[in-house]
Amino acid sequence: MSDASAEEVADPEDAAPEPEPTPEKHGVPVTDSLGQEVLHPTREQYRDLVETLRGEGYLVCIDLTAVDYLAHPHRETAPGVDPERFELVVSFLSHEHRARTRLRVQVPVDDATVASIVDLHPGADALEREVFDMFGIVFEGHPDLTRILMPEDWDGHPLRKDYGVGAIPVQFKGAGKEERT
Amino acid sequence: MSSDTDTDPELADLIAQTSEESQGLSRGSGLDRLREMGAVLRLSEADAADLEGEAGDADQTMIINMGPQHPSTHGVLRLMLELQGETVLRTKPIIGYLHTGMEKTGETLTYLQGATNVTRMDYASPLFNELAFALAVEALLGVEVPVRATWIRMLMTEMNRISSHLLFLATNGMDLGAVSMMLFGWREREEVLRFLETVTGLRMNHNYIRPGGVAADLPDGWADQVLALLDLIPPRLEEYDTLMTGQPIWRERLQGVGVITADEAVALGATGPILRSTGYAWDLRRDQPYLAYDELDFDVVVGSYGDAFDRYAIRLNEVRESMKLVRQIVDKMPSGDYRVQDKKVTPPPRARIDESMEALIHHFKLFTEGFQVPAGETYAAVESPRGELGCYIVSDGGAKPYRLRVRGPSFVNLQTLPHMMRGGLMADAVAVISSVDPIMGEVDR
Repeated sequence: MSDASAEEVADPEDAAPEPEPTPEKHGVPVTDSLGQEVLHPTREQYRDLVETLRGEGYLVCIDLTAVDYLAHPHRETAPGVDPERFELVVSFLSHEHRARTRLRVQVPVDDATVASIVDLHPGADALEREVFDMFGIVFEGHPDLTRILMPEDWDGHPLRKDYGVGAIPVQFKGAGKEERT
Repeated sequence: MSSDTDTDPELADLIAQTSEESQGLSRGSGLDRLREMGAVLRLSEADAADLEGEAGDADQTMIINMGPQHPSTHGVLRLMLELQGETVLRTKPIIGYLHTGMEKTGETLTYLQGATNVTRMDYASPLFNELAFALAVEALLGVEVPVRATWIRMLMTEMNRISSHLLFLATNGMDLGAVSMMLFGWREREEVLRFLETVTGLRMNHNYIRPGGVAADLPDGWADQVLALLDLIPPRLEEYDTLMTGQPIWRERLQGVGVITADEAVALGATGPILRSTGYAWDLRRDQPYLAYDELDFDVVVGSYGDAFDRYAIRLNEVRESMKLVRQIVDKMPSGDYRVQDKKVTPPPRARIDESMEALIHHFKLFTEGFQVPAGETYAAVESPRGELGCYIVSDGGAKPYRLRVRGPSFVNLQTLPHMMRGGLMADAVAVISSVDPIMGEVDR
């Protein structure tokens, strides 16, 4: 991502000479992305944070997905957060407070494992399977981590950036050598 | 949100009411919130194939496949059912037959082309996909859409909600053997699609709502056509009531079938009519208003038992609520531009291209290279006929989304199926699938 706008999103106060303390919530850095609250827990903090949020009223895990930042290894995330290749993006909804919050968890490619939250939010079941299927991120503790959209014996993870879009060769009728002679 | 509550007493009342409702919900983990943890069948296809040919005792359970070519599965949904006699024990929905990698395709299309891609996801309510996509792109761009464009969007999506629910009523009837209902539902849906066609040029896959506004202004005489429709549909809905709602056979087939509790629905992330059928009032149009829904007056329809009949009745009455909304929109439709006059996003008018070289170049550039969207990420959600339709876009500053994610409500809602079917009869399975109203294009994307 380009530096200028990423900084703007991450920390609008950056122009001040004294570096401001990183805003935190529940012990993790919090940023504002176009008016939406984003929390940046580490993989170790992730599960505990989900539990804390649930106690606060964020009872619905509305979305769980991932992004492969292969082309942007040095992008800006939040102060004190080292970017990794994968990012797990989990959105929660609180009916009580009419509020949404989003978690962005950095996941390295050489150890692409994250704790599963299916036992806390059963609705994350299919979503975690989809992320496993599309990105190859393993969720530890998921009861049935199998492919969901691709066939069971499929090779590779299609939404990774190094997985080609692919094309099927077009077969023209009568183009074969045997038929021409 | 909290600053709004101080000023708006109406919103404060609403929040207090929802808070009260959600206080009743369990804050426990999965085990406490679901009645049954063992409703989902965990069995790979390879293991299932090994079971074939094994002779079982009379008291053993049986695993059978339903779909993907079954007429009542609304496309290509396949269910692996574990049966004990006629009773369904565990269910595993198997999906992916319609997976065409639309999220991956979205990364190779510009923001102008993107709408043609997302509109094909939920093909029964294409305008909602376009709306969620456009709202997300506009948030990233930071453009303000003209008031008229916002109201046109509301008019078109509410008409689309009517057509989508009419399609549900038609297929729901057909699944349960009420074939006349199928013809009735299709007949009325066609009337609504005719209106969508006069505005957008297409019956489906409109590519009408685009980042920056809508593709074209409403044609002359649109209001008369809408009002004629609003006069046509109510008596037809009365017919449905006579044919189905009050009819004993219809009630017998649906009441008490596929019951789900509010706790379960929330825990499983269900939204839309499934969540509302449990008596839990949650509708993004009212609770997190987008477009200009906060200026309109309508009711959120809720059920009380969480069964298939409630889900049928909710959709039938949501057609009435949508008509109420459309009538208000026709009265209040403001004049003005139908798309934002920002040269970076909007192509020049067609007539200018004939006389101005610059306009031609501008037009050519916009449609070949597309427009750049500032780097950032955002999530936009709308209330589609099936629940919360979300669009998460990551932009890296280029002309194409770096990542395009669509949260299809059907995909998440499908997880409620095993819990609704558990302990029910095999014959009711069709009624339950139908009442979830999954659109497979959106499930598999």
